[in-house]
Amino acid sequence: MTEHGIGVSVKRKEDRRFLTGNGNYTDDINRPGQTYAYFLRSQVAHAEINGVDTSAAEKADGVVAVFTGADLAADEVGGLPCGWGLTFQNGDPMVEPAHPALAQGKVRHVGDAIAVVVAETKKQAKAAAQLIEADLNGLPAVVDMKKAIEGGTLVHDEAAENTCYDWAIGEKADVDAAFDGADHVTSIDIVNNRLIPNAIEPRVALAEYEAASGDYTLYTTTQNPHVIRLLMGAFVLQIPEHKLKIVAPDVGGGFGSKIFHYAEEAVLTWASAKVGRPIKWTAERSESFMTDAHGRDHVTHAELALDKEGTFLGLRVQTLANMGSYLSTFAPAVPTYLHATLLAGVYTTPLIYANIRAVFTNTVPVDAYRGAGRPEATYLLERIVSKAAREMGIDQVEIRRKNFIPSDAFPYQTPVALQYDSGDYEATLSAALEAADVDGFAGRREAAARDGKLRGLGYSTYIEACGVAPSAVAGALGARAGLYESAVVRVHPTGSVTVFTGTHSHGQSHETTFAQLVSEQLGVDFEAVDVVHGDTSKIQFGMGTYGSRSLAVGGEAILRAANKIVDKGRKIAAHILEASEADIEFADGSYTVKGTDKAMAFGEVALAAYVPHNYPHETLEPGLEESAFYDPLNFTFPGGCHVCEVDVDPDTGVVDVVNFTAVDDVGRVINPMIVEGQVHGGVTQGIGQALLENAVYDENGQLLSGSYMDYTMPRADDVPSYHVSTEETLCAHNSLGVKGVGEVGAIGSTPAVINAVVDALAEKGVTDVPLPASPQNVWRAIQEAGA
Amino acid sequence: MSGFNYHKASDVADAAGKSSSDDALPLAGGMTILPSIKLGLSDPSDLVDLAGIGDLKGVSVDGDTVTIGAMTRHADVAGSADVQQAIPALAALAGGIGDAQVRNRGTLGGSIANNDPAADYPAACLGLGATIVTSNREIAADDFFKGLFETALDAGEIITAVKFPVPAKAAYEKFPNPASRYALVGVFVSDGPAGTRVAVTGAGVNGVFRQGDMEAALGGSFSADALEGISVSEGDMASDLHAASDYRAHLVGVIAKRAVAAAAG
Ligand SMILES: Cc1cc2nc3c(=O)[nH]c(=O)nc-3n(C[C@H](O)[C@H](O)[C@H](O)COP(=O)(O)OP(=O)(O)OC[C@H]3O[C@@H](n4cnc5c(N)ncnc54)[C@H](O)[C@@H]3O)c2cc1C
Repeated sequence: MTEHGIGVSVKRKEDRRFLTGNGNYTDDINRPGQTYAYFLRSQVAHAEINGVDTSAAEKADGVVAVFTGADLAADEVGGLPCGWGLTFQNGDPMVEPAHPALAQGKVRHVGDAIAVVVAETKKQAKAAAQLIEADLNGLPAVVDMKKAIEGGTLVHDEAAENTCYDWAIGEKADVDAAFDGADHVTSIDIVNNRLIPNAIEPRVALAEYEAASGDYTLYTTTQNPHVIRLLMGAFVLQIPEHKLKIVAPDVGGGFGSKIFHYAEEAVLTWASAKVGRPIKWTAERSESFMTDAHGRDHVTHAELALDKEGTFLGLRVQTLANMGSYLSTFAPAVPTYLHATLLAGVYTTPLIYANIRAVFTNTVPVDAYRGAGRPEATYLLERIVSKAAREMGIDQVEIRRKNFIPSDAFPYQTPVALQYDSGDYEATLSAALEAADVDGFAGRREAAARDGKLRGLGYSTYIEACGVAPSAVAGALGARAGLYESAVVRVHPTGSVTVFTGTHSHGQSHETTFAQLVSEQLGVDFEAVDVVHGDTSKIQFGMGTYGSRSLAVGGEAILRAANKIVDKGRKIAAHILEASEADIEFADGSYTVKGTDKAMAFGEVALAAYVPHNYPHETLEPGLEESAFYDPLNFTFPGGCHVCEVDVDPDTGVVDVVNFTAVDDVGRVINPMIVEGQVHGGVTQGIGQALLENAVYDENGQLLSGSYMDYTMPRADDVPSYHVSTEETLCAHNSLGVKGVGEVGAIGSTPAVINAVVDALAEKGVTDVPLPASPQNVWRAIQEAGA
Repeated sequence: MSGFNYHKASDVADAAGKSSSDDALPLAGGMTILPSIKLGLSDPSDLVDLAGIGDLKGVSVDGDTVTIGAMTRHADVAGSADVQQAIPALAALAGGIGDAQVRNRGTLGGSIANNDPAADYPAACLGLGATIVTSNREIAADDFFKGLFETALDAGEIITAVKFPVPAKAAYEKFPNPASRYALVGVFVSDGPAGTRVAVTGAGVNGVFRQGDMEAALGGSFSADALEGISVSEGDMASDLHAASDYRAHLVGVIAKRAVAAAAG
């Protein structure tokens, strides 16, 4: 291990600019002649558009142009594409309605864009938008999924019963038979609450067109610039890749919400050519609430069949998954491919059947949000397992241990398509029991009771699939793109290194982790390695960052490119040192001839590659730059155990998280500090979902929780200091042995919190509390149990 | 937002004059009015800044009355040794408003002039039987708060100070709205020269109010036990996504008992 190598908590390179206020975010960028866009948005959830009169707005001060959906249609601008295609059980393709970038014919959610005003200043654009007269004919809003599937009002005429798809996995008859033979069946109804991502940096776009060259540039707050280039260029605007540059500079958090291709990006890029000037749009916070894709929002009924010892025999799941008003980029994949395939969890449940019905409603589109599908799967599993244990009088830890996939059973094929490569669930469980001082819980519970508080302990033993993803598997499951990653390692003549990665860092610390990796691999100083990301004109290609894929897929690509550098260097060194290639060893940044003191430093080899006076020209090109594309053979499977301890005030329903322990297996850890930080953030989001956050619509489709006055984000004083640690089993199919850490915190934590609340309230007769366990919801659960 | 004229008032009379027209408003800490303008909820033609008027700021204690200038910031009330000594419940209340930034800008006068139904200070004014001093008169707190965002103030009438009688016992207990952290239910109780008072903020459909049944019970015995069995009418309670009226009614009982227990100490 070197000072900055793998396994060291190196301080983050990126913090020099972030902590000194020198980050460069999209809104910091300004272009000569820049104008500003303001989007007029629907204030009603569902209406026919009879007409949009922009004449007064066009004449307002400073207005450059006003565009509506009709203008896009006239220019044959395409709708926003969906990146996944699912099927109905009978094989019919999912219903995939048009998603115009500016509404055409109907508005379908509060916040749907009706028109855009381009003006000299932001204020002028906003003022002019108030002069647009949209003649809307209001329709009833479809909000509740259970009502939506009864038919009646349709969000899209072509989607009967508002259904996008009705999909299933598993053999229903076999699973039903397991239930018939079961000694005990536990069932649970879950509403997995809708969340609003709330990245601290709102979405921003700045588009520019150069008439002389025909080149477009879009600066945008995205997690995957190449994917935006592909989706927007090929499907929406028909701009070929070589004429379209996407730049995603520093991005202030995404959590999934900045993966997707959004309407504003396409409208601005198109309009920048129409008006011949750069156009910037910066979302206001209230716009973020009603236009950033929301997360979660499942309604699930699940049943677990057990024998009399508590061994799981089968699992049956029925889920309604809210798609919102249009299909966002990855939306169909979340409840199926990222949720239903995770329903084995860490358990040997032999038979699983899941039926997923995706539903359109007049709400903001729903898509991947930190964890995406896996939190929903983990939540239902860990809740139903805890409930079953309680019903059968089995200890919470015991029921889990009894059903764990044993550590010697890997590779393990689950009944729902995935094959787990490695793991040791007993190791993370026993470490967590110790770190959480579970033995001392009874004493702490008594002490809390003396203060009038009900103390509870809750567990979650979880697994997730990340390192998204093997392209062949994703393709078989409906992905319309590959999910490999690419890297270029460029060694400069004096031996310093620039790494180009197709992943994108918006809080994940790639600039540090990847530099550690390359520094260790090439034996060059950590400070001599810089990482470049987020610009399609600099980066060869990439699929971006989501699904905890950056290290497991992107890091592996970097490693492979670095290994090619080492190999080429070996050829150069062999030539110069006049030895056979087989006799050259590379270690600690130095090529040596085996058994001799003849050596060349890595930097000298680099110089020789660029000043090739003495060089094997017949067999080798000069220069020292290599690229690699890496498509993983399997997902990676981080897992672990979270233990939560809460105090509940029975008089008010307030839940206080007093202890939280997370022991995660994320494979090899490159930078422990960064891993800990990722877990802290994820756990805080998970506690947020458990206790605080909730996107609420009224029956008319108005977003009641449309600002921080009503949407409860977790704050520092809502959470305790966490006990975070890792246990390592290595990923079996990438050479680093890494699994990924970006989402584990948000996936594992939520059920641990709610299981703790239910444990605390068990003596009051409570068996379930809804998400979020807000004071009112908890108080009501107590009242209902006592009634 | 269509823009407004900014005036810096030289004294109270100047402020009253400049803010007497229909579309003009006094400006104190700006913590409420500026966000309202930005959100398009308010569109004044003129803002008359009170910040330059020296005699509107500060705390003075005179016998059994604490007088606080209208432009005194929440942070200054919270940090005032005089307030902490004379009415610790009031200092604690001010220290629990919003966050540090809000407390460093927001003022007593701005808070009660605004009379947000979830604001804290109205509970203190009503719960202590304070007197609101304005540019032309003195108004008893009992006559000042007139419902949601409504007060007895006339156009162009400037609050200059609030006079709080020093109680024998007092406490404020706040149950924050989880999101906004304004009061979902806040109860100010006191026993002293202004009688036995229970003022409730955050909960009522018409904003801050006095809970008569509780006051009567506490008049007999100032103890949490005295409140046992008193039910608060659901019909008078506000309802929103954080708390339906039955839950709010329940909370008023719980929070009042906690306030009394704290005051009885
Ligand atoms: C994030 C945040 C959190 C908050 N949390 C809380 C909380 O927990 N509890 C709480 O009680 N409040 C809270 N507030 C409100 C805060 O206390 C405000 O400061 C207060 O309501 C208004 O005071 P101001 O001095 O800023 O008034 P301004 O915003 O300047 O004015 C408010 C209104 O009062 C009028 N006005 C101001 N001064 C006078 C005067 N002397 N005479 C006549 N009219 C006047 C103005 O014309 C205006 O209509 C919060 C505010 C924010 C932004």
